[in-house]
Amino acid sequence: MPRPEDCCLSRAPSCKLIEKPSVMQDTGMQQETGNMDSTETSRPSAGDTAIDVVRVSKIFPGDPEVRALDDVSVAIRRNEFFTLLGPSGCGKTTLLRLIAGFEPPSMGSLRLRDKDISRLPPNRRPINTVFQNYALFPHMSVAQNIAFGLEMLGKPRDEIAATVDEMLKLVQMEALKNRRTSEISGGQQQRVALARALAPHPEVLLLDEPLSALDLKLRKEMQIELKRLQNETGITFIFVTHDQEEALTMSDRVAVMSAGKILQIGAPREIYEAPAERFVANFIGESNFLDAELAGDTVRLKAGGSFRVAVPDGVAAGPVSVLLRPEHASVRIGEPGPEELPVQIENVVYSGDATVAHLRLSTGEAVKARMPNAPGVAPLSSGAKGAAMGIAPGGITVLKD
Amino acid sequence: MAEPARPTRGYSVRTLPGFAIVALFTFVALYAPIAILVVFSFNAGTSLAIWEGFSLRWYVQAAQNEQVLDAGLRSLYLAGFSASIATVAATMAALATTRTRRFPGRTMIYALINQPLMVPEIVTAVALLIVFAAVKVWTGHTSMIYLIAAHTAFCVPFAYLPIRARLETMDNTLEVAARDLYAPPWKVFTRVTLPLMWPGIIAGLMLAFVISMDDVVITEFVKSAGQDTLPTYMLGQLRRVVTPEINAISTVILVVGAILVSLFFALTMRRR
Ligand SMILES: Nc1ncnc2c1ncn2[C@@H]1O[C@H](COP(=O)(O)OP(=O)(O)OP(=O)(O)O)[C@@H](O)[C@H]1O
Ligand SMILES: [Mg+2]
Repeated sequence: MPRPEDCCLSRAPSCKLIEKPSVMQDTGMQQETGNMDSTETSRPSAGDTAIDVVRVSKIFPGDPEVRALDDVSVAIRRNEFFTLLGPSGCGKTTLLRLIAGFEPPSMGSLRLRDKDISRLPPNRRPINTVFQNYALFPHMSVAQNIAFGLEMLGKPRDEIAATVDEMLKLVQMEALKNRRTSEISGGQQQRVALARALAPHPEVLLLDEPLSALDLKLRKEMQIELKRLQNETGITFIFVTHDQEEALTMSDRVAVMSAGKILQIGAPREIYEAPAERFVANFIGESNFLDAELAGDTVRLKAGGSFRVAVPDGVAAGPVSVLLRPEHASVRIGEPGPEELPVQIENVVYSGDATVAHLRLSTGEAVKARMPNAPGVAPLSSGAKGAAMGIAPGGITVLKD
Repeated sequence: MAEPARPTRGYSVRTLPGFAIVALFTFVALYAPIAILVVFSFNAGTSLAIWEGFSLRWYVQAAQNEQVLDAGLRSLYLAGFSASIATVAATMAALATTRTRRFPGRTMIYALINQPLMVPEIVTAVALLIVFAAVKVWTGHTSMIYLIAAHTAFCVPFAYLPIRARLETMDNTLEVAARDLYAPPWKVFTRVTLPLMWPGIIAGLMLAFVISMDDVVITEFVKSAGQDTLPTYMLGQLRRVVTPEINAISTVILVVGAILVSLFFALTMRRR
């Protein structure tokens, strides 16, 4: 992960931002929230925790009551780009709202570094939010919006003006400084919302699907932009999305959520290549699930073939379910070799850069194989009987459920 | 030649038989008397029906009439006071009925706030007459306080409706965002909620002001001796000699009212 110093060497203008004391140090908040001493501007050591969510549950009363978060624990590190990923209604927004202080947890506690913040109102937490609908103040100009947080912290005027200019430059919005927020485009509003939340230099920035309202091209640009801002400011980002690709490309770590629980936390590669559960595998990327038998560190597929695997904790020998990513499977016409499985090609779909073959194993299980297209290679034909499926080394992952 | 393309609607009310005639009649009935009233306010003679040439004499006479000035000032003062108090009350009521969690009896409160819109004015007037007459006898006190109280009470719903409408279209996350950006609750109110609901408050204030200025029935029943407002003074005059002076006063009220209503629309239409 790039350190603040690294970016200072390469990007002079943003240095000021990092040297700036954090929100809590030069305001009344310091006394209120306790022992966050000024040595904190020094570089954090690896693994230093920014936000610690400890066994938090959130229950919305009603009939029936909604358990939006169910015993969630997660430690988010400082300077981390942390993503909450999950389907609609799984509790992502609820978790963000709890961290921001808009709702109290029903059970459990929230800690910012070593301080319990569960009972602090949102205006006393050095945490800012980029709202999904941006929530820019319509009666203020772009610059006034960005200045708002600083004004509320009682910063001196000249410092506010300087920071606002710096923020405008950071999000490349200097030219539109005096525009009303209703007179700028969606992408520009998004930048202003970002600048407004970054201006008070919070310790943690919460982003609730900030890119979902943008078109694909702008979205890609903003993804890069966000990543750049996170590197330059050294602020911990907690980012919510239900777009798995976005989560994988941007994050240092991802937490996959489902029905109020966190199922797995890990680096994007870990989540993709070694999903712990079927839900995670299914939610991220495309998957084939196959029945198999585990003995020692070897799985035998029902459809034939034995493979060496890493066995996750808590999985006993016996019948198991394994994951095979489509891009780890390939198919060719001909008799199966020793490591290959006999298959029937049911359908072949050409999609530009790759060809996806829908196969059927001897057990009747359906499998998709995705193969990159090479120039001059003859296309597969559907319906061919004698075909063989190969599996890339390490392509089989054992799932817990 | 083909007809110019028009968007298709379910039906067009304009093609219904008789639509044009009804519309025309309605507008004539509505505006012709007012037009005549305005025209004759400039009549040089004393007649309300025979035009004798242009003159501003009735405006001059009205402006020099002590009773008119006295009643006019009282109307302004009464409307100003009552509308202001009613607007403050209505603002608080609107905040309480939109910004809080749904509580039992909220619909009931909503109905109670709007009571003056539903109870016939004459009923309220008689009720107030009975109560205030007793209080006046009992205390011997006969100041404007009774009129102010009565006007404030029936102005509240008129102030309440535009304020509430404004609050309902306002995005709640703006206040949450302000809180997130270190604003304590009262700063959220002064820096975000109040500026955003301001057009609604102004609209409510103006509506309440116009309603109070215009009131005859309740004022007539509640006022003590020597507490004529412009409308009750005019009503009294109509029982005696009628000169175009009445037209002149009406025209002035009409113009002031029209200005306020235009401002009201300008404010509610803006920032959508
Ligand atoms: N104020 C509330 N009262 C009752 N239930 C609520 C409330 N807020 C959220 N919920 C419920 O809690 C669950 C989690 O909601 P949440 O908004 O956190 O989902 P999400 O993961 O952000 O979904 P999305 O991707 O659609 O934004 C949902 O079932 C939702 O209906
Ligand atoms: Mg959400």
